[in-house]
Amino acid sequence: MAQMNLLQAINNALDIAMAEDDSTLCFGEDVGFFGGVFRATSGLQEKYGKTRCFNTPLTEQGIIGFANGLAAQGSRPIAEIQFADYIFPAFDQIVNESAKFRYRSGNEFNVGKLTIRTPYGGGIAGGLYHSQSPEAYFTQTPGLKVVVPRNPYQAKGLLLAAIRDDNPVVFFEPKRLYRASIGEVPEEDYQLPIGKADIVQTGSDITLLAWGAQMEIMEKAAAMASEAGISCEVVDLRSLLPWDLETVANSVAKTGRLIISHEAPITGGFAGEIAASVQKECFLNLESPIERICGLDTPYPLAQEKEYVADHLKVFEAIKRSVNF
Amino acid sequence: MNTNTNSYEKGQVVHTPTFIDGHSVDIPILKILQQDGSVYDGAQLPKIDQTLATKVYKTLAFHRVLDERMVAAQRQGRLSFYMTALGEEATTVGGAAALEPQDMIMGQYREQGALMFRGFKLEQFMNQMFSNEKDLGKGRQMPIHYGSSELNYMTISSPLGTQIPQAAGYAYGQKLQGKDEVTICYFGEGAASEGDFHAGLNMAAVHGAPVIFFCRNNGYAISTPSDEQYKGNGIASRGVGYGIKTLRIDGNDILAVIKAVQWAREYALAEKAPVIIEAMSYRLGAHSTSDDPSGYRTREEEAKWQANDPILRMKNWLLAQDWWNEEQDSALFEGLREEVLAAVKVAEKIAKPELRELVTDVYDDVPEHIEKQYQELVEHIKQYPDAYPVTSGRLK
Repeated sequence: MAQMNLLQAINNALDIAMAEDDSTLCFGEDVGFFGGVFRATSGLQEKYGKTRCFNTPLTEQGIIGFANGLAAQGSRPIAEIQFADYIFPAFDQIVNESAKFRYRSGNEFNVGKLTIRTPYGGGIAGGLYHSQSPEAYFTQTPGLKVVVPRNPYQAKGLLLAAIRDDNPVVFFEPKRLYRASIGEVPEEDYQLPIGKADIVQTGSDITLLAWGAQMEIMEKAAAMASEAGISCEVVDLRSLLPWDLETVANSVAKTGRLIISHEAPITGGFAGEIAASVQKECFLNLESPIERICGLDTPYPLAQEKEYVADHLKVFEAIKRSVNF
Repeated sequence: MNTNTNSYEKGQVVHTPTFIDGHSVDIPILKILQQDGSVYDGAQLPKIDQTLATKVYKTLAFHRVLDERMVAAQRQGRLSFYMTALGEEATTVGGAAALEPQDMIMGQYREQGALMFRGFKLEQFMNQMFSNEKDLGKGRQMPIHYGSSELNYMTISSPLGTQIPQAAGYAYGQKLQGKDEVTICYFGEGAASEGDFHAGLNMAAVHGAPVIFFCRNNGYAISTPSDEQYKGNGIASRGVGYGIKTLRIDGNDILAVIKAVQWAREYALAEKAPVIIEAMSYRLGAHSTSDDPSGYRTREEEAKWQANDPILRMKNWLLAQDWWNEEQDSALFEGLREEVLAAVKVAEKIAKPELRELVTDVYDDVPEHIEKQYQELVEHIKQYPDAYPVTSGRLK
């Protein structure tokens, strides 16, 4: 085991993936010599050469279109979009191409080897265009998988699984935690399952469900609740598409209460999808309404970021409302 | 009638494959002013008198001082982020100087020089950078994302290249309404790789929009050098392909910039057609305060361009014209440094925008569902005032 931050864990996963398969390529804006603006691909060009790890021109639609072509050809592209806020020029390539390549051709062709890595989320004083959490736009796209890790250990295992998965995966990396989240990570190869939630903390009174950087918030709120005598079960969804209804429903059946939290605006966010499915599975188990603690329905602010975010205090208040319902 | 057919038929007929190469197209580069302040023999000067020249120079000086001071302020932790335009100031200040106040300026993000020339005040720059309640943008965007409808400077958006097709549309509207107006659209050679570049130039050409596409080719897109950005003959070579009048200039030559943009404005209005100008320059500073160029380029390369300083070049010209002297110059820079420092101290103490600004302007009015979210947020903050110190004290 080694101490790694989230960036190092990602870099380590990319290194393993490139070492094991010569057809694995890493590319994107500033990804080559510089190693990416966050340095996630640091050292890879040096190790694997300019033909396998390289800078692209500044065109997101080009990056993903190029990656789709490579994946269709049989290579294993790992494309980086510098910020999730800038993924939208590539939306057509992802939603209409990556996601539908297999289906539309009757599996004559597919881009299953594609992985798209992109840093997402707030907390870095990034304002409108360096803070967004656009995962829900992609969860409504059959054909894609959507994965979000919460810490270095999860990041390495899930990214290796994403790279090897035979379906296109959009891998959202919580950039607020890139250097802030440090933990024990095995140096050897391992994978964590896509589509399986992870119970981070067991509890009996209420289930707290989130993913990515929001997990820290949930754990903090759970600690506050614990002091108030409330036992929280904290669940990391990890994979949003497909998502693990079984684990979530089992937890809610046990606790009778559920709070879902995400950074993205509440309306149309993925919490709504979860709430709808859980109420159907657990209708008779529910002791209180399912609550969603999310971003407001505004663009991501700058000056009022602290007020805007779904922080631990808002989650804690929701926990109290739920148990006192 | 399809006029394109004629163009194809004008081509020479060959009977063996005969390739042409973009690099074989010789693109001239306009240079008027030499680094020592002398004008090239036979060079045609732009329309410029002492008043305009002095205003341009003072704007350049202001730009340089503001950039230097704000980088220092960022390093001191007083500011979250900053972007300089070190070495490229002539492209934006010169562009604005060649235009009329009613012309729209659409920038990428490194065009504060154009806004300075238009008269955006020092405290307005500060208010934006410190996201305070006097910021026209209501504290919603990162530093340097300026905008002013009064000064016809479209608010900056971080996503790259999005302004390019917008500029085509804006200019088309100006044309339809018969206005004596054009739009200038700035972008870098990196942004020219975005799909929006193609969309914007092609639509402007097809629909005859009076827009001046102004490419600041500064050699780098963050760490990516232009030779990893494109393989053609710069960005100018593409203008030819779109059927757009194309001009390449020395971007560190303020007189070449002014001359080119003055000409482009006249042409765009008279011919109801776009122009593309590619200004060759160099991003002497880091991409932003979050970047460190020492990881991807050499000091020697930077030194070569430091010797091409556009501001010093203009100063040398002004001195040669006897329109300026060293005493004035020292006094100008000294005064500016003090003004900027004083303005930082004022702006950082001005309160942040009211919490209410979180929910305004999402739509024309605050809809019911957002109003409800806002009221819940207010109640929450009142419950935990210490956790939200910036806003809690001001809530009624």
